[in-house]
Amino acid sequence: MASVAVEGPVDRGAGVKRVGSRSMLLLVVACALWGAWEGFRWLGIHYGWTRPFTVDPTSMPHIHDMFRALFERPNADGPLLIVTLLKAAGFTAKEAALGFAMGAVGGFAIGAVLAHSRILQRGLLPYVVASQTVPILAIAPMVVIWFTNPSSTFHVTAWVAVAILASYLTFFPVAIATLRGLQAADHRAVELMRSYAAGRWTVLWKLRFPTALPYLFSALKISATASIVGAIIGESPTSIAGGLGGAILNFAQYYSFQPQNLWATNIVAAALGIAFFLAVVGAERLVVRRAPEHVG
Amino acid sequence: MNAVVDIAGVSKEFKGGTVALQDIDLQIEQGEFVSLIGPSGCGKSTLLRVIGDLIDPSRGTVTVNGKSARQARHDHDYGIVFQDAVLYNWRSVAKNVALPLELAGWSRERRQKRVAEMLDLVELRGFEDHHPWQLSGGMQQRVAIARALSFEPALLLMDEPFGALDEMTRERMNAELLGIWEQSGSTVVFVTHSIAEAVFLSTRIVVMSARPGRISRVIPVDLPQPRGTATREDPRFFELATEVREALHLGGPLEVPA
Repeated sequence: MASVAVEGPVDRGAGVKRVGSRSMLLLVVACALWGAWEGFRWLGIHYGWTRPFTVDPTSMPHIHDMFRALFERPNADGPLLIVTLLKAAGFTAKEAALGFAMGAVGGFAIGAVLAHSRILQRGLLPYVVASQTVPILAIAPMVVIWFTNPSSTFHVTAWVAVAILASYLTFFPVAIATLRGLQAADHRAVELMRSYAAGRWTVLWKLRFPTALPYLFSALKISATASIVGAIIGESPTSIAGGLGGAILNFAQYYSFQPQNLWATNIVAAALGIAFFLAVVGAERLVVRRAPEHVG
Repeated sequence: MNAVVDIAGVSKEFKGGTVALQDIDLQIEQGEFVSLIGPSGCGKSTLLRVIGDLIDPSRGTVTVNGKSARQARHDHDYGIVFQDAVLYNWRSVAKNVALPLELAGWSRERRQKRVAEMLDLVELRGFEDHHPWQLSGGMQQRVAIARALSFEPALLLMDEPFGALDEMTRERMNAELLGIWEQSGSTVVFVTHSIAEAVFLSTRIVVMSARPGRISRVIPVDLPQPRGTATREDPRFFELATEVREALHLGGPLEVPA
C-alpha cells in the first residue's frame, strides 16, 4: 500500500525521458540480435557448421536481404513484395480482429458463468481446459464443413470461418482470467457491498468487474497475438490464399530460390502481432487506472 | 427505551464447533460510542458482523432501531469501516465516498453536494480527484470514514479502523474521529485492541474474554466531553485504563493486548 501522498502533476519531462531510454534499449537489443544472427551466420559458413543445422545463405539469409526483399518485386511484372504482404496482412487482420472479438466476448461470458456457479465450474472447466489440447488443425475441417457449406441455412464466407478458428485460440485465456478476476475481489470489499444491501448484479458491475479488469487485459494481450496465429493457421484448411497464411505457404514452396521472401513475410506477420498487442495495451491504458507501482 | 442496538441472547458457533460468541446481551443507546475490546479470538469482530448482519447468529436476536438486523441492512442503517480502508482503487476519492449514495439511488447533484460536505468533515477537501493510492494510510482511512458516514447511517460499525496506522497517526485519527462523532451525532460500535484508544474514545467499554467469547465487564467511561490532548493526561484516564486492563486479565487466558 502506498504510504506517501503524491502531490502535483506528473513530471512530463521524466515521461519523455523514459520513452526515450526505452526506445534506446529496444534499439540496442535489436542491434545485438542482428549481430548475433550475422555473427552466427558468418562463423557457421566459415567453419562449415552442420549442427544444429547446416548454415548456408539459404538457411540463414542476411537480415538486410530480408528487409530489402520487401521492396523488390518477386515477379518482374508484379507489385512490390511489401504491397502484396500489406494487403495480405490487412486480410488476415480482418479475420484475426473478428476472431479476437468473438473469443473475448465468448471467453468473458464463459468465465462469468463459471465464476457464478461452483457446480458449472466443476463440471465444465475440465472440458474448457481439454478443448485447448485439441490442435486447431483438427478443429478446422469441422468448422469448414459445418459453417461454410452453402446448402446449410446458416453458413458464412471462408474468412469468417477463419475468424471462428482464431476465436478458438483466443477465448481460453480470457475465460480463465475472467473466472479468476471475478473471484479476486477482497472479501471485505464484498462485505462492504453487502452492508449497502447491494444485489448480485450491482456487486458484479461495481466491484467484481473492475477488479477483474487487470486480469482481463493480461489475457487479452495473450489473445491478441494468438488471434493472429490462429488466423494464419486457419487460412490453410479453409483454402484462403489472400492472407498471410497463404503468403507463407506460397513462399515456403519457393524457399530454396528466394528464402528472404518467407523471412520478409515473417517480419510482416510479427509486426501485425505487435500491432494487435499494442492496441490492447493502449485500450488498457485508457480503461484501467492502476497504482503507479503496477504500471509497467 | 431508546436503544439503537438491542442484542439479546446471541451465540455464534462456527462450523467445526468453535464457539465465537456465547449468550451476548447488550443494549446500545442513541449517540453512544461503545468500544468492544478483548484478546484475539474473543469474538469482538464476529459480534460487530452479527450486528451488521454480515454473519447470522446461531441463536438470539439483534434488533436495530426496532427492526431486524437484516431489515436494517436493507434500509442502509449501517456504515462500516474496516482495518484497511478497502477503497476501490479504480475510483477517485470523490467517487469512493459517493459509492453508497450511488447504490442508494441518489441523484448526481445530491451526491456531489453530500460528497463535498463529507470531505469537509474529514478535512480532505481538494483531494476529490485523487486516487486512493495517492493518499497516505491515514488519509485513506478518512476517506473510508467519509464513505461510511455519507448516507447518515443510524449506526457506524468500525472494526479496528486505526489498527494498521502508526501510533502518532492513530492518536490524531482518534481525535478527529471524536470530532466527527460529535458533529454527526451518530452511534458508534468500535472494535479495538488498544486500551488507550478505547478509553479515549468511548462512552462505554465492553470488555470481552475468549473461548468462548463472552462479555466479561461493561465499564462506563465518565471522562468529560469534549475530549482532547488533556484527556490523555487526566488521572481519571489512567484509572479507567487500569480498570480495563484488570478486567482483561480477569477475563481468562492471558493474551492481553498492549
